[in-house]
Amino acid sequence: MILDDNRDSAARRTFSATARLLSALKLDGPLLIGLGLLAVYALVVQYSASGQSLETILRTLMRIGIGAFAMIALAHSSPNFLRSLAPWLYGVGIVLLLVVDAVGYVGKGAQRWLDLGLVRFQPSEIMKLAVPMLAASFMHERRLPPDWRNLLVLAGIVIVPAALVAMQPDLGTAVLIFATGALVVLMAGLQWQVIAGLACAGAGAAFIGWRFLHDYQRQRIRIFLDPQSDPLGSGYHIIQSQIAIGSGGLFGKGWMNGSQAQLDFLPERSTDFIFAVIGEEFGLLGLVVLLLLYLFIISRAVFLASQSSGTFARLLGLSLALTFFVYVFINAGMVTGLLPVVGVPLPLISYGGTSVVTLLAGFGILMGLYSHRKLVNS
Amino acid sequence: MRIKDQWNEQRIYSSRTFAALLVMGLLSFALFGRLVYLQIVRHDYYFELSQGNRVRQDPIPASRGLILDRRGRVLVDNEPAFQLELIPEQTPDLNDALQRLSTLGLVNREDIEPLKRMIRSRRSFDSVPIRLRLSDEEIGRFAVHRYEFEGVELRARQTRHYPYGELGVHALGYVAAVSEDDLDRIDKPGYAGTTLIGKLGVEAAYETQLHGLNGYQQILVNAQGRSVKFQGAYQPDLRAEAPVAGRDLVLAIDLPTQQAAEEALGDRRGAIVALDPANGDVLALVSHPGFDPSLFSRGLTRSEYSLLTSNEDKPLLNRALRGAYPSGSTIKPMMALAGLTYKVVDPERREFCAGVFHLPGSSHLYREGKGGKHGAVNLVDAVARSCDVYFYGLASQLGVDRIAAFAAQFGIGSLTGIDISGEKPGLLPTPAWKKQAFKRPQDQIWFPGETVNFGVGQGYLLVTPLQLAHMAAELAERGRSFQPRLVMGTREANGTIVRSAPIAQRGASGISDEDWALVLRGMIGATTYGTAAAIFKDARYSAAGKTGTAQVFTVAQNARYNEKTVAERLRDHAWFIAFAPADAPRIAVCVLVENGGFGASAAAPLARRVMDAYLLAGPADAAPAPTAAPTAAPTVAPVAAPTAAPAAAPSGVHRP
Repeated sequence: MILDDNRDSAARRTFSATARLLSALKLDGPLLIGLGLLAVYALVVQYSASGQSLETILRTLMRIGIGAFAMIALAHSSPNFLRSLAPWLYGVGIVLLLVVDAVGYVGKGAQRWLDLGLVRFQPSEIMKLAVPMLAASFMHERRLPPDWRNLLVLAGIVIVPAALVAMQPDLGTAVLIFATGALVVLMAGLQWQVIAGLACAGAGAAFIGWRFLHDYQRQRIRIFLDPQSDPLGSGYHIIQSQIAIGSGGLFGKGWMNGSQAQLDFLPERSTDFIFAVIGEEFGLLGLVVLLLLYLFIISRAVFLASQSSGTFARLLGLSLALTFFVYVFINAGMVTGLLPVVGVPLPLISYGGTSVVTLLAGFGILMGLYSHRKLVNS
Repeated sequence: MRIKDQWNEQRIYSSRTFAALLVMGLLSFALFGRLVYLQIVRHDYYFELSQGNRVRQDPIPASRGLILDRRGRVLVDNEPAFQLELIPEQTPDLNDALQRLSTLGLVNREDIEPLKRMIRSRRSFDSVPIRLRLSDEEIGRFAVHRYEFEGVELRARQTRHYPYGELGVHALGYVAAVSEDDLDRIDKPGYAGTTLIGKLGVEAAYETQLHGLNGYQQILVNAQGRSVKFQGAYQPDLRAEAPVAGRDLVLAIDLPTQQAAEEALGDRRGAIVALDPANGDVLALVSHPGFDPSLFSRGLTRSEYSLLTSNEDKPLLNRALRGAYPSGSTIKPMMALAGLTYKVVDPERREFCAGVFHLPGSSHLYREGKGGKHGAVNLVDAVARSCDVYFYGLASQLGVDRIAAFAAQFGIGSLTGIDISGEKPGLLPTPAWKKQAFKRPQDQIWFPGETVNFGVGQGYLLVTPLQLAHMAAELAERGRSFQPRLVMGTREANGTIVRSAPIAQRGASGISDEDWALVLRGMIGATTYGTAAAIFKDARYSAAGKTGTAQVFTVAQNARYNEKTVAERLRDHAWFIAFAPADAPRIAVCVLVENGGFGASAAAPLARRVMDAYLLAGPADAAPAPTAAPTAAPTVAPVAAPTAAPAAAPSGVHRP
């Protein structure tokens, strides 16, 4: 009993030491555990999907490191600071998007990157944070739910950067930017009648917007509706990813044993289509584990957001948490054939891009909003 | 700043968060449902697809069975050769590639168009042979330019090798590239990877045994279709099935006898068939002129092929099986037997031959074929000295119906049933046949004079050399008959030879031993004091034979036939049938020399050489070394090779 007590107290001491450290860093334990498990999962899958490339693993670790740094830094930022930062971040983001579009126009091709010499940098990633921040900060000073004039302003805040990104063209990121902004508006209590009306208007706009889509974007939608129509062309991605997932079965073919992935049949297997690699090698079980991990992270994030104080904090937090789900659902949906193929990576699992940094930064903001709740109240 | 309603905001957050979580739950459930559908419900389907994606079956062609002579000497074998193969889907510009290959001298310019047609008829991922049997120099030439030809590969394949060149080509047949017609008959998966298929003779008739069963090797391929050993830690479970080599066929052909027959014919047109009368074994089968079978296995150019088909000597015609000629006097032993069996003739009674015969009440004269007169001849003499006048009378006494019925017992007018295809039945004329063969009523009547001609093997009667050899064998066996066979067994993998039993046929029956003996005496007489006596005078065995001279030219009633004045193509065909030793026959031979003139002088010496080769050879006679070697090779011509030799045989002209 004495021994047990000692061990208990030792454990308790360790636990409380960790808790003190986390609270000093203004980080949330459960969310951190969830993200950590996801990172391990990502490294395991990427090792297989990249064909046992250690370089891939090192690069991912480096990105996670940068992301963790951003997360800790942002966790220390107070909501008021973030709120004052929002217009500046948004403004710089818009300018950079214009620059990228201009360079892309000159270069006559898709342009998403800004080469700063040392790092290549995707300005659209900034907007994933800047849009919900500015929208939430706009609503922070106004009554909920937004009236129609506020709604117009909000629409402008969301649609301008989304349109600029779509013009790059990067439909996937544009959808995500739109989603983060829209979620702020939805969480702010936009009336259901208005939502229904906007949905109808959106459908009408989509009908007209079809004409403005790039050929390859239209093609993606057509192929989504009937992948078999072009089995060796654009439909190839969807068909091969469904074969990979379906052939995995309940338990999968085993780590590094997926023939679809290992023999190059699955395109973009370590980036946008990594979900199919998991399905093939780890089966339904592996995917369910992954989805439960995601749902745990999202639930914790929603909890943190709902516990934080102030309109800005809550709207921003809920938007960031739910956007994470939008991310997961769009990627899983497109890989399994539920949604058209838009270039959205599987968050924190797909290799590459600046999205790991942005996502971790977003979770940093969430943790910061939560840990600063008393400060705001007082 | 307006005053904020904290409670209202809290209510909005709660309801919206709840709604969001609800939507999230529903979407997650939909996603889960989709995964269950893909990974559980449709798992088998997608698993099959992923298997099909990564595993390709690479055929391993079985090695084609060898063809051996009766003592196991190799007549046909396989040798490795390099060939050019083209994979259409990997060739960016087919026309350009072929043009450039032709400037390198690897493809004939005239073959480009037919090659393009053939390539387009194949599946785009199949490797299509475009040029067989490259010489070392050509291999080198291609190797230097290899990088310029995407989709064209040099591949080592087994190809057919005929060490004796033209020897026995009409018996052995040949192989050629699998044609579109072949694809309709064969089991396509079984021939995946097979380049050559038997087209004629033994190669065609025994295709199934010779071909064997192709095996396969499953190979792992990546998305680009390239073969990979493994990728990552993925270890495939690949299956393979070894090919089963084709059977080695043991022919009844005796190589030295076959060679003797080929040499005996020399450059004359004609055929020689030698049978073992006791079982139907074909000891030798020659049809001359022949052709080099490797021309076909390496692929003929169009010009080479048209040279073969337009040659007036018809090298592609198998004269032994398909050449139909009047039998001439070779039919007389059979006719004598008929006379004896139907008792229309007294063998001892001598008829006087004054050189001409005429039917009672007719002024039409039937002459001795060679002219001259035989004086008083009995049946044995008439056979030995080939007296036409004797047989004119005999035939008219027998009547056509009895002759036809009797001749049918010796296989005249029907297929011998030899085990290769293409045989022709010749023609056994009867009044019934004539009635339906001719249109005009006046032509449909069978005239008594036609029966007279029948007695000496002229008129409508047509026989093939194989049929006469078959008849000679039946005479040797006193009515016992066997189906001629080129293949007498197979050699198993362990070297043991499995012989198949000879196939007995219905032969001649109801002939008394005395009658057989009489006719045998007549045939021995032919080689001792009769028509062929000079040829056999120093033979170390006793032979029974019968000469024949078949007219292809009608001699005018009052003119006399002068060999020298008649154009070579209109000269008589020379026949000789024989068997030996006369008392215990081991070989029966039929020799035909087209436009050879007299049977005794043109055909009998050839039969003698063949019988000498077979009967006088030591028990373990070593075969001479093969002579022919493959020469320079042109491209595969997608010309449909003839499965049966074209054109009708030259036939005799009858006298009215």
